[in-house]
Amino acid sequence: MVPQAADIARILPEILWCGFGVFLMLLQPVVKNRQVLTLFAMVGAALGTLSTFYGQPGSGFFGLIQFDTYSQFFHWLVGLVAFLVILAADSYLERENLEAAEFYALILFATAGMGVLASAQELLTAFIGLEMSSIASYVLAGYRRDSVKSSESAVKYFLLGSFATAFFLYGIALVYGASGSTNLMQIASADSGSSLLRLGLTLILVGLGFKVAAAPFQVWTPDVYEGAPTPVTALFAAGPKAATFALLLRIFTTIHAATDFWFWAFWILAAVTMFVGNLGAVVQTNVKRMLAYSSIAHAGYTLVAFAAVTTMKLDPETGAAPAYAAVLFYLLGYSLVKVGAFTIVSEIGGQGERYLTLDDFAGLGTRQPYAAAAMSLFLLSLLGLPITAGFFGKLYVFNVAVSSKLIWLAVLMAVNSVIGTYYYLRVIVVMYMHERKGDAPANAATSLSPTSAMVVVVAALATLYLGLLPNHVLGIVLSQNLILSSR
Amino acid sequence: MQFGGGILSLLIFLPMLGVAAILLLREEDHLWIRRVSLTVGIVEFLLSFLPVWAIPAGAPAGFHLQEFHHWISSPHINYHLGVDGISIFLVHLITLLTPIGILASWNDIKHRVKEFHVMLLLLEVGVVGIFLSLDLFMFFLFWEFGLIPLAFLIGIWGHERRLYASVKFILYTMGGSIFMLVGIIYLYSLTGTFDLLTLQRMIHEGQLVLPARTEMLLFLSFFIAFAIKVPLFPFHTWLPDAHTEAPTAGSVDLAGVLLKTGAYGIIRVCLPLFPEASHRAAPYVAALAIISIIYGALVALVQPNLKRLVAYSSVSHMGFVVLGIFAFTNVALQGSVYVMLAHGISTGALFLLVGMLYERRHTFEISEFGGLATPMPKYAAFFLFAALSSLGLPMLNGFVGEFLVLIGTYQRHWQWGTCAATGVILSACYLLWSYQRVFFGEITNEKNRALPDVNPREKWVLVAMSFLMLWLGMHTRFFTLRFASSCQEVLQQMKSNFAHEAVYPAVPSLAPGTQEDSLRRVVSQ
Repeated sequence: MVPQAADIARILPEILWCGFGVFLMLLQPVVKNRQVLTLFAMVGAALGTLSTFYGQPGSGFFGLIQFDTYSQFFHWLVGLVAFLVILAADSYLERENLEAAEFYALILFATAGMGVLASAQELLTAFIGLEMSSIASYVLAGYRRDSVKSSESAVKYFLLGSFATAFFLYGIALVYGASGSTNLMQIASADSGSSLLRLGLTLILVGLGFKVAAAPFQVWTPDVYEGAPTPVTALFAAGPKAATFALLLRIFTTIHAATDFWFWAFWILAAVTMFVGNLGAVVQTNVKRMLAYSSIAHAGYTLVAFAAVTTMKLDPETGAAPAYAAVLFYLLGYSLVKVGAFTIVSEIGGQGERYLTLDDFAGLGTRQPYAAAAMSLFLLSLLGLPITAGFFGKLYVFNVAVSSKLIWLAVLMAVNSVIGTYYYLRVIVVMYMHERKGDAPANAATSLSPTSAMVVVVAALATLYLGLLPNHVLGIVLSQNLILSSR
Repeated sequence: MQFGGGILSLLIFLPMLGVAAILLLREEDHLWIRRVSLTVGIVEFLLSFLPVWAIPAGAPAGFHLQEFHHWISSPHINYHLGVDGISIFLVHLITLLTPIGILASWNDIKHRVKEFHVMLLLLEVGVVGIFLSLDLFMFFLFWEFGLIPLAFLIGIWGHERRLYASVKFILYTMGGSIFMLVGIIYLYSLTGTFDLLTLQRMIHEGQLVLPARTEMLLFLSFFIAFAIKVPLFPFHTWLPDAHTEAPTAGSVDLAGVLLKTGAYGIIRVCLPLFPEASHRAAPYVAALAIISIIYGALVALVQPNLKRLVAYSSVSHMGFVVLGIFAFTNVALQGSVYVMLAHGISTGALFLLVGMLYERRHTFEISEFGGLATPMPKYAAFFLFAALSSLGLPMLNGFVGEFLVLIGTYQRHWQWGTCAATGVILSACYLLWSYQRVFFGEITNEKNRALPDVNPREKWVLVAMSFLMLWLGMHTRFFTLRFASSCQEVLQQMKSNFAHEAVYPAVPSLAPGTQEDSLRRVVSQ
């Protein structure tokens, strides 16, 4: 029972991310130059991401993990997010005078946890991945120790997060009791449809629903997102969410009991989450908080595609492949856009993150035309307007919803898109059409820092690329005929 | 086979080049920004004559200068452009009104000049794209694309309540278009194609027969988006605000072309794709159209604000367009297209004139004026000409279209025609009455005594518009010959479907391969 070399190659990304995290912590007493640390962290993130090419597809560690194009895709996604967040955090840490090495190390640890989540094939492994990413996240949320909001954010996240993890763990226990295994494949083959299994699956869904901020498990999201340092918020909105969705989709499609049983759960979760997120965002005057509510809403849109999986799975020709593709494409576009948007918010916020209200964005169109243009692009993408990534993401979700005859869910999604129009456009209106108030921040940056600008440019180009020429990425996400569609 | 060789793509994206050129100029270099955008506007206008030559008078119906490229593999989205007799003149209208708008705001717009011209040209891209797209997806794409620049035009360079008007405009139109998107996707899930010509043929040949309820829902999902844009009563409430608060160039573009995209959508999408539903909805739509005509005119009658008056007159005129479309006679449909062109010119001219007055006095209130004919005789003459053309004086453009609509409607439903005809009388009332209050009598307000008359720039803009009014009014055949066959084609597609109405064959499931082949066939025809 000795792991093979091929097994090691399949977790190479996690090893590299963790290794560089430890390495950075060792460097901390020696290297005082923040930029060197940033560089090392970026190299670590990039190497880990690139090493996904090295692993051979297949199951590793006796079925604990499944390394396939699906998990490769999510490794890429979380690795890219980590890379961008580290780059964006460089100027933030300088401005807020925070320790860099630990920060980067925690980001890399969290990323490794997300990687485990994306390839976990066994529930306890998934639990370890979840804890790895969560514990690092709790610390990151409270990283601005002198700020009350940041500490509040950390405590809230920790308490509610542990609670949700307990649900998840309890669910695993019940599923084990019903099926005699924690391995997804074996649970699937031991599928008995017993009520114990169903109860376990329900608890698992609650635990994961918390992590992706699906209503009614979303109450922590606005406070945590608002209090956390903004680059960390960017990470929260993109990485853990995508990785948890990855796990959720894997469980959902592998265990047939879940596919049928969770259908209505997803239907209702999607509808409620969309409304809670959008209606909550409408009344916000703090842009960071508004974006937090918007990520709840987007979790709802993604869940619409989940609901479509159940019906599409019966289609003998294509199976649920279009629904998976919709989820993957949506998450990719959404994550990049959120990272870009939060990076701009972080820069506008100024020292101590004081300038986050709508009024502080007034007149940005003339003060910082490029930042305002990029922010508008991101908001339009979140809104789902053509030639942006968000549009195609939404289109694919709409498409699978309609073709699996979930017309009412599609209509609810349309209604929510209209609500979304209001608050996304309000920011654009404020940036371009409101004059700056007299007591405007004097020390507000006149332009983005070079590193943040790089992040914004990458995110903006990716948004346009996915919006104009989605063919290539779509080809990748459509080829996910991996284990997901087979038993 | 007839391929466009990229003329239509050039027509859509030439303003983009202008945008790039303007972005390279310095922010303070106002004169050159104006010159560059004007040049681009004029070149675009001249370029839009090329398709007119390509469509000889009396040419058979169908789409010319088609361009077809694969764009996105899944879902099958193609870059498919084409032009026919109906769309070509609407394209003309926008390419004409854009340089006119640039000229009209030469002195008017003083801040954020660069962005202003960028937005005007982007708007042109969007609107030309709407008229030339033959793929529902592209159509939707340009439809959304055109919204943003106009919302900015209203919101940044508008008058006092500009923010309210801008947000209202965008919420209304987006609210409509999201349901159109659901409709487009649903149609795609039924047929596997976004291509308008393929869809038309499938419906026409009975390959695709929609159950009555589905067809009605699809019809409504498109129609509501279009009705908001037209705007049809009761979806019109955004229009007076948007018009009143928009800068002159924005109002001209809004009245001139944005409203037409809605009517164009009805002709291009609703009628051929959902003929049964259109027939069943016709009485209700016609009722709304007649309400629009009369209600718009009555509200215009009591407006104290000159610009709002012109805006409500738009509601009334666009009611004629919708009525003509839903009369389903060739004459009425031609009349509708004609009203669209005529309304673009005369209402555009009226907005220009009102804007010039605003530049001088900074108010739209009719009560502030009176006796303006004495200090500004030339201006008064131009205004009278535009007002007469708008109210439908024979020999001028407004007459032809409304007359054709009324005749065509009368052929089928005399009641509708009779009701709508009162709109013509009412339009004479509100225009002449307001003209009298603004221009005749003693000068009651001292501020008006020394108002300067039109300057050469304004004069030439107005001369051009007046010439067009006369030309559209006299040389009717030049236009009708070119779009008559296209109008006939639209009605033909509706009728022949009716022949199948007794039989409802099962919906054939189409393999993707056969669709592609049939698409090719259509293109190569």
